[in-house]
Amino acid sequence: MPISRRMIHAGATIGVVLTAWALLTEVTHSISTSRFPSPLQFWQSAKQITTTGYADGTLLSHALHSLKLVIMGFAVAAIIGVALGLLMGWSRRAEAVINPAFLLIRPIPPLAWIPLAILWLGLGDGAKIMVIFFAAFVPAVINTATGVRTIDEHFIEAARMLGTRRRRLVCEVLIPGAAPMIFTGLRLSLQASWTTLVAAELVGALAGLGRVLNMAQQDIYPAMVMVGMAAVGALGWVTTRVLAEAERLAMPWLSP
Amino acid sequence: MATSHKVPLARREAFLLGVLGLCCFLGIWTAIAQLHLASPQFLPTPYAVLARAIHLVSEPFAGATLPLHLLRSLERYGYGVMLAALLGVPLGLGMGWYGWLDHVITPLFDALRFIAPIAWVPFAALWFGTGIGGPILIIFAGAFPPCLIGAYRGARFVDAKYVEAARMLGSGGVRTLIEVLLPASVPSIIAGLRVGAGLGWQSLVGAELIVASAGVGYLMVQGQSNVSTPTVMAGMLAIGAVGLLIDVLLRAAESLVRRRRGLT
Repeated sequence: MPISRRMIHAGATIGVVLTAWALLTEVTHSISTSRFPSPLQFWQSAKQITTTGYADGTLLSHALHSLKLVIMGFAVAAIIGVALGLLMGWSRRAEAVINPAFLLIRPIPPLAWIPLAILWLGLGDGAKIMVIFFAAFVPAVINTATGVRTIDEHFIEAARMLGTRRRRLVCEVLIPGAAPMIFTGLRLSLQASWTTLVAAELVGALAGLGRVLNMAQQDIYPAMVMVGMAAVGALGWVTTRVLAEAERLAMPWLSP
Repeated sequence: MATSHKVPLARREAFLLGVLGLCCFLGIWTAIAQLHLASPQFLPTPYAVLARAIHLVSEPFAGATLPLHLLRSLERYGYGVMLAALLGVPLGLGMGWYGWLDHVITPLFDALRFIAPIAWVPFAALWFGTGIGGPILIIFAGAFPPCLIGAYRGARFVDAKYVEAARMLGSGGVRTLIEVLLPASVPSIIAGLRVGAGLGWQSLVGAELIVASAGVGYLMVQGQSNVSTPTVMAGMLAIGAVGLLIDVLLRAAESLVRRRRGLT
């Protein structure tokens, strides 16, 4: 029964770590709580931000603000990126025209767009959406193009032979054929979106989880830092799960 | 013409189309800047950006010249990635070899995995300051997971017959780990290191935007607060170029290892 043993070990590990955390901070005071919060402080901070709020808003309002920006930037990048990827995968000519310009932009890490976005659009939501767009755009394009390129050509030949018109070919052969790679790209895009948004909000923002982290850092409030990090991790996990579920629904032929 | 997308273009045609695309991109950019559709402060011409980059090589900005900033960045980056590799690779191999270690580390790893590396910034600043320690922690947070996963996968998927042969010849646990598992997982470890190095470079940029007092990221932040778009764009250019160089070098190392192993 390897699975149950794994679960026992996992449970034991997490139990030991939590107990050690509580003991070292609350009982023996080996770790100074001015640098690392105790479980009790963590709980109190979590309660504070969910009920009375911190950095001009409750946890829910900050989380929703960040989530809204991620969804907007990600959606725009996914639509444009997948469309461009389909074009580049399908037409060698289009690829030859677009690729050199794309290669100029591609090696720039998404986070490096942040200062430019602030110069152009200020500290508001527009700059965040721009940065998320650039983070999510590149993986969507690359993976979609690869996906189209790797479709079994028999499918395309068969569709052509049966007289399929271009629109149907795109919707019924190219997109489903490239779907596994498209979703791989979108998963990478989504991860990059979160990382970039948190960074952009840390550099400067009026609301959002990054602002919570930033304020907590300035107030030297480690417990709130930890709450912010936990919220960032949880939201990242939730959005990844939602995308995985969408992937399963969109490609029923792949699930057992 | 049924599968035109599979047939590569003639080299000449591909080259000409590429030049055309690049000219369009740079041409539209230059036109917008030259016709003052956007102010030069907002969007400098490509030429102005390049001139600024060359200027920064000799003229110090934000306390140092561009090469010196790059050197400071690379120093932190080297320490962070090295630390990630030195901790991640042995731990990953150990997890692939000893089931109990896998069971103990995996839940902790999974719990921390979804926290973006950049979210460590406040703790990094609080624990290690903004000099070199803070950025190193953030680079480590970015580069560690791929290093660990690469080594883990390598150790898990080693051909069982090698391990069995070693065992049969009386090789002990630790010796098998070092002399069989480690060499057999080198391709997977290198692949992990390459991904880790890429993510580490991205994290470095984020770290320097927020918690550093020197480095290319810091140069860009200073350019931003001086409303000097050419400086910011020159910084982006430098970061992109060095990132590309790192990736090319590691890709070459990876394909060298794979060729030697006869993997392709």
